[in-house]
Amino acid sequence: MTLAATPGQTVGPFFHYCLPYSGARDLVPPGRPGSLLLHGRVLDGAGAGIQDALVEIWQSGPDGAVPRAAGSIHRDGWTFTGFGRASTGRDGCYAFSTVPPAPTEPGKPAFFAVTVFARGLLNRLFTRAYLPGDDAALAADPLLASLPQERRRTLVASRDEQGFVFDIHLQGADETVFLRFQGL
Amino acid sequence: MSGGASAEGIEPQSLISTEIEALASSYRQAGVEESQPRLAYPPYRSSLLRHPTRELYDVDPETIERWAPCFGVRDVDPLESDLTSGHAGAPIGERITVTGRVVDGGGQPVRGQLVEIWQANAAGRYIHRRDQHPAPLDPNFTGAGRCLTDDDGRYRFQTIKPGPYPWRNHFNAWRPAHIHFSVFGAAFTQRLVTQMYFPADPLLALDPIYQSIVDPRARDRLIAAYDHGLTSHEWATGYRWDIVLTGGRQTSFEPEDAS
Repeated sequence: MTLAATPGQTVGPFFHYCLPYSGARDLVPPGRPGSLLLHGRVLDGAGAGIQDALVEIWQSGPDGAVPRAAGSIHRDGWTFTGFGRASTGRDGCYAFSTVPPAPTEPGKPAFFAVTVFARGLLNRLFTRAYLPGDDAALAADPLLASLPQERRRTLVASRDEQGFVFDIHLQGADETVFLRFQGL
Repeated sequence: MSGGASAEGIEPQSLISTEIEALASSYRQAGVEESQPRLAYPPYRSSLLRHPTRELYDVDPETIERWAPCFGVRDVDPLESDLTSGHAGAPIGERITVTGRVVDGGGQPVRGQLVEIWQANAAGRYIHRRDQHPAPLDPNFTGAGRCLTDDDGRYRFQTIKPGPYPWRNHFNAWRPAHIHFSVFGAAFTQRLVTQMYFPADPLLALDPIYQSIVDPRARDRLIAAYDHGLTSHEWATGYRWDIVLTGGRQTSFEPEDAS
């Protein structure tokens, strides 16, 4: 039996008093040793920052395990839940305080699973922010390997002194690769 | 501005409705079923620069994507499912109960998972700094709620019926009354944000956000049903709305080395 899925709709402009909550963007307390910043901009087809977007991330821990602990809404400062949510600012910037994900299986590249919502975006978009550095694992990844170079680079975060930068282009020459999961 | 005439430089509803009908007509002629909103849907003007122009890229979910974040009793206070409480007095408006089940494509309940809602008040005003609609705020209504689904996948909220409100897509544009829903499934791939509407709302036919789901049966899935069995004597009317997430753990979980 396969039931027809409920359609999505845009998150609209008025989600800020419901979806973001105190600590939503801090998977680990900012400044803790080993923490890093994952940040970037959500941009429209004209290259302008989108000020009413929402970004969610879901990730493995530094040990490669899939987090199974609750506590993403009322964080205790110690439990790593793997989930974060950040609304964009006036310039379209978002930021998370987190730790780097690790491969869930040997030889696989680590990535942040990313969901994007925005006013004007009629359904959520899925993408991945791969960590740079492990060239062998990145080259062996089925998704990255199947993409031409100019599209592949939209999925690989870059490094800066605070952590990782991952811009999300909803449209345009640098349009991010957005995903549809097979069999779903 | 007086009613009827459109302000200079602002498009009238008739133009938006003509575009909606043209897209509906071409969908009917194409004969290929769609079940989700179109991302590129020009009658919703804000979508023009905010939709990908390339096809979504088909991919097999990796391990992390086959699981979803966990939420638990420490995250959600049971009082958060009652949007009519928590203030000094009772909100103005029709008190309603909204309930239903969250299930996956196989009909299995999504248990213990987070459901979040937000909505306008009975006058059609959001408690949001960017909502400039000159309708009254209600000091006794915030309009945001949360709950966890039970073992049967059921959620339940007490709230008031939101009012329709004007927006700036075109001249004299009004959104049908709706409640925003954010739902997590058992897998990351099932994440859903959508809007629940009310039956027989005359604004549905005019609304480019609702009509962006070009298949009539698919968009009907966003309309709650009035349910007299949920209506409570001398207290609140009841609406039932079930949510079906894409796929499911059973169908998406395969051994990594199956190939």
